[in-house]
Amino acid sequence: MTKVTLTVNGRKVSGECEDRTLLVNFIRENLGLTGTHVGCDTSQCGACVIHMDGHSVKSCTILAVQASGSDITTIEGLSSGDALHPVQAAFKEHHGLQCGFCTPGMVMTAADMIKRHNCSLDEKTVRSELEGNICRCTGYHNIVKSILAAADEMGGAKQAAE
Amino acid sequence: MGVEGIGARVARKEDKRFLTGKGRYVDDMKVPGMKYGYFVRSPHAHATIKSIDMSAAKAMPGVIDVLEGRALQDDGIGSLICGWMIHSKDGSPMNMGNWRPLAYETVRYVGDAVAIVIADSLAEARDAAEAVVVDYDVLPAVTEALDALKPGAPQVHPNAPGNVIYDWAIGEEGPVDAAIAAAAHVTEIEIHNNRLSPNPMEPRAALGIYDAAEDHYTCYTTSQNPHVARLVMSAFYNVAPENKLRVIAPDVGGGFGSKIYIYPEEIVCLWASRKTGVPVKWTADRTEAFLTDAHGRDHLSKVKMAFDANNRITALKVDTTANFGAYMSLFSSAVPTYLYATLLSGQYNIPVIYANVHAVYTNTAPVDAYRGAGRPEATYLLERTMETAARELGLSPADLRSSNFIRQFPHQTPVIMTYDIGDYQASLDAAMAESDWAGFPARKAEAAARGKKRGIGMSCYIEACGIAPSAAVGSLGAGVGLWESAEVRVNAVGTIEVLTGSHSHGQGHETTFAQLVASRFGVPLDSVSIVHGDTDKVQMGMGTYGSRSGAVGMSAIAKALDKVEAKAKKIAAHLMEADESDIVIENGELKVAGTDKALPWFQVALAAYTAHNLPSGMEPGLKEGAFYDPANFTFPAGCYICEVEVDPETGKTEIVQFVAADDFGNIINPMIVEGQVHGGIAQGIGQAMLEGVQYDASTGQLITASYMDYAMPRADDLPSYKVSHQITPCPSNPLGIKGCGEAGAIGSPPAFMNAVTDAIGNNNLTMPATPAKVWAAMQQ
Repeated sequence: MTKVTLTVNGRKVSGECEDRTLLVNFIRENLGLTGTHVGCDTSQCGACVIHMDGHSVKSCTILAVQASGSDITTIEGLSSGDALHPVQAAFKEHHGLQCGFCTPGMVMTAADMIKRHNCSLDEKTVRSELEGNICRCTGYHNIVKSILAAADEMGGAKQAAE
Repeated sequence: MGVEGIGARVARKEDKRFLTGKGRYVDDMKVPGMKYGYFVRSPHAHATIKSIDMSAAKAMPGVIDVLEGRALQDDGIGSLICGWMIHSKDGSPMNMGNWRPLAYETVRYVGDAVAIVIADSLAEARDAAEAVVVDYDVLPAVTEALDALKPGAPQVHPNAPGNVIYDWAIGEEGPVDAAIAAAAHVTEIEIHNNRLSPNPMEPRAALGIYDAAEDHYTCYTTSQNPHVARLVMSAFYNVAPENKLRVIAPDVGGGFGSKIYIYPEEIVCLWASRKTGVPVKWTADRTEAFLTDAHGRDHLSKVKMAFDANNRITALKVDTTANFGAYMSLFSSAVPTYLYATLLSGQYNIPVIYANVHAVYTNTAPVDAYRGAGRPEATYLLERTMETAARELGLSPADLRSSNFIRQFPHQTPVIMTYDIGDYQASLDAAMAESDWAGFPARKAEAAARGKKRGIGMSCYIEACGIAPSAAVGSLGAGVGLWESAEVRVNAVGTIEVLTGSHSHGQGHETTFAQLVASRFGVPLDSVSIVHGDTDKVQMGMGTYGSRSGAVGMSAIAKALDKVEAKAKKIAAHLMEADESDIVIENGELKVAGTDKALPWFQVALAAYTAHNLPSGMEPGLKEGAFYDPANFTFPAGCYICEVEVDPETGKTEIVQFVAADDFGNIINPMIVEGQVHGGIAQGIGQAMLEGVQYDASTGQLITASYMDYAMPRADDLPSYKVSHQITPCPSNPLGIKGCGEAGAIGSPPAFMNAVTDAIGNNNLTMPATPAKVWAAMQQ
C-alpha cells in the first residue's frame, strides 16, 4: 500500500492504495466521488475524463500513485455552489445528455476543449476532438450543439470581460 | 400548450444530477459490509466440466468464499427461461435447453459463468478467480446458424436435435407460391442482418443484499424492468418469494433492450449474499459486457417479392434463419416471430405473405431484443428488396414505394397486424423536400468532378410499438401481460407524486411524465415528481422497451389523472356550492365556469386531506391508481433519406446528409423526441457502417470483445441530422401517442445501404459496409 496525496476539487486529500490502483478507482472507491465513471477497460470511452493540473485526462490511463501531488478537478468540482458551469448549462439547454453515464466525461472533455481552442470551435473540430468519448444515446448531434453553444457563451463572456 | 405542458420543449428535470456527477448508478452503491464479486467464466465455446478446484482460490488474501454451480443447484435455484412460447409449424413446442445460472456440467459459449469469487476488494476477487482451476473437456463448437443446421454439426443442447429451437411459419405458402409463379417480375435477394452488441455505456451490475434477520433480499440492478425481474426471480428462479425480494433499478445508464433480461449475475449475487452473509456487488467490465450481454439481430434471409405488370406487389416470401446463441434469453423467441414477421408488410399493400423462420442454437452469446427487436430486421429486408426491385424495374424508388403504399385505414395486413392510422406519403414527401431529392443529380455530378462517388437512398419504415395488448400477446404465447400501471398521489399541499411502472434509463420520463400532469392541472412542473424503479415504492409494472412508456405508461398515468380530476372536481363543486359539471381546471385553479368563483389547486388538495367538509360519503385523500391495457399496437412510420460520398481510392464512406421524417402521433416534448431519433439513427448507422460482432468460427472465441475491436460510432463518424415530424394522432390511446424510441434504429440501416450501393453501382454489399467491403465491391 502506498500513500497518495492529491488536491481534489480544491481540497487536499490523501489515502492508501495498492500501487496497481488506477486513478479512476481511487477517485471512486477511496474518495467516494462516483461522478467519474468507468465505461470500458481499454481507455476508449472517455467516461472517466477528469482534469489533472488543468488538462483533461482519462483517469483510467494513469495510476493513482503516479498522480500523487497533482491538482485534480472532477465533475463534482467543475462548478461551484448551485450554478452550473456554462458547459453543464449548455448540455441541459440543448439536451446533450440522455442516460447521463458518458456525460461527466463529455462535459470535462468539452470544458478543456473549449479552453484549448480559446472558445473558437466549429462542428468539424468538435467532432474530431470528441473521438475519445463514446456516447450511445444521443447520436452526438446535441452534444456537438451543446459544446458549440457553450464555446459561444464562454467566448462572449470572455470578450465582455476584456 | 403552455411553457411547461404538452408540446413544450422543456429542459429535463433530471439533468442536473447527471451533469454534476450526482447520478446514482448501481456501481456507485456502497452498503456496510459490502464485498466484491468476480465471475469465473468459460474460456471455451463448448466443453464439459470435469472438475472445479477452488481450494487455492479460497486461500488467497481477502477472499470470503468461492461458490460454484452445483451448490446453487442444491439450493434449489432454478434455470433461466424464455418467457414466450413459440410452436413450430408442426405444432410442437420450442426446444428450450437448460440454462444454469452457474454451469457445472457443460459450458456452451465463451463467457458462460462457472463460479463466483467474493473478496474484500475487486482486485483480490479478480486475482483469486485466476486461481480457480476448472478442468474442461473441450468439445467442437459452432458459431454460425447455417453451420449449426448442417448434418454432423456439434449439438449445443441434447433436447434440441439438429440445434433447431423451432421451425415456425406465418401466412399460407400455397397462395404465395402461386402469386410468384404468375408474377410479371420477381425480385430475389439474400439479406444478412449483422449481429450487434447493444453497448449501453453503463455496464451491467448487480448488488445482492441478504438480511438474515428479516429473511429478506434487496437487489440493486441495471434493469429496464425491475418488477419483471422480481417476478421472474421469484416465480421461476426460486430466489425468494416476491414479498421477500425488493428490486431497485436506480439511475440506469442506457439499455437498448440488453437490460430487459434477467441474467445469471443478479441471481447469483443474491444467492451468494445469503451464502456468505455479506452484500455482494458485481459490475461487468466491458469485455464481460461484450461476452455476456444479450446480442441483437443475426438473421440470414432469402426473399422473393412478386410484382404484377403495373408494378404492384402481389406476394412476399421470406425464409429466415435466426441465430439464438447458446441459450434462449428471456424474450428471444418473440423477436424473429411476432416482432419481425408481423411487420413484413411494411408500409405496403401486399395481398399475401409467407414467412418461415428457423431458430437455431450456436455456441455464442444469447441473442435477444436490441433496439427495434425484429422490426429493424423486417424493415431492412423489405427496404433493400424494394430498392433492388426499383433498380431492376427501372423505376424511381419513391414512385415504386408510393404506388404500393397503404392509403386506407384501418388496414388488415396478411400477417396479423391491423394498422390503425398513418400517412406514409406525407413523410415521403417531407423527406424528399428536406433532402432536395430533385437536386441530387447536380450534387452527384459536382462530387464526381471532385473524384467522389455520391449516392442517395431512402427507406420507408413501419414498426409496431406500444407493446402490447395483453390478451393478444397472451394468445401468441407471451408469459406476461403487457399493460402498465400508475398511481397519482396528490399531497395535502397540492404537490404531486406519480408512481409509474415504466423505467427511465435515458428517456427523460421525469420530465415528460411531469409535463403531462402539469398540463392537466396547470400546476408548476417542479411540483410534480416521478417515482419509478423500485418494487417497494411502485406496486407493479412491466417496464420500458418497445417504445411503450409514452403510449402505454403515460396512458396509465392519464387514466389515473382522470380519476384524480373527477374527485377534485367533486370536492371543488361541494366547496363552492356549484354543480360538478360546471367545474373547469385552468391555470392551477378549479373554477366554476362562467363565474368568478375559483379555488386554487392546493386548497382542494388540502380539503381532501383535512376532510372537514367533504361531500357526504366521500373518502378522505386524493390518490388514485390505474392499470392501462392497450387496445392495439401503435404504428409509428416514416421515411429516412441518406446521402453519402464514397472515396473510390479507399472505400471510405462519408454521410453528407441524413434526413428523418417521422410520424409518432402526438408529441409531449419535441426536444426529447428528436433526441431519441438522433440516438436511434446513430445506432442504425453504426450497424450499417461500422458494427459487427465477430466470432472465430473454428474456436468460438469472440474477436470483438473491446472498444478497440468493435467499432462503436463516434462523433467524427456521424453527421448532424435533419429531423421533422408528420402527425397522425394514434386513435387507440387517450394521448394519441405512437412512440419514438426505436424508429431511428429501424429506418436508418436500409437508407444508408441503399445510398452506398447507389453510389458504387453494386448492390452486392452486406452490413457493416466497412471501407474494405465497399472498396472490394467497387472492384467487382
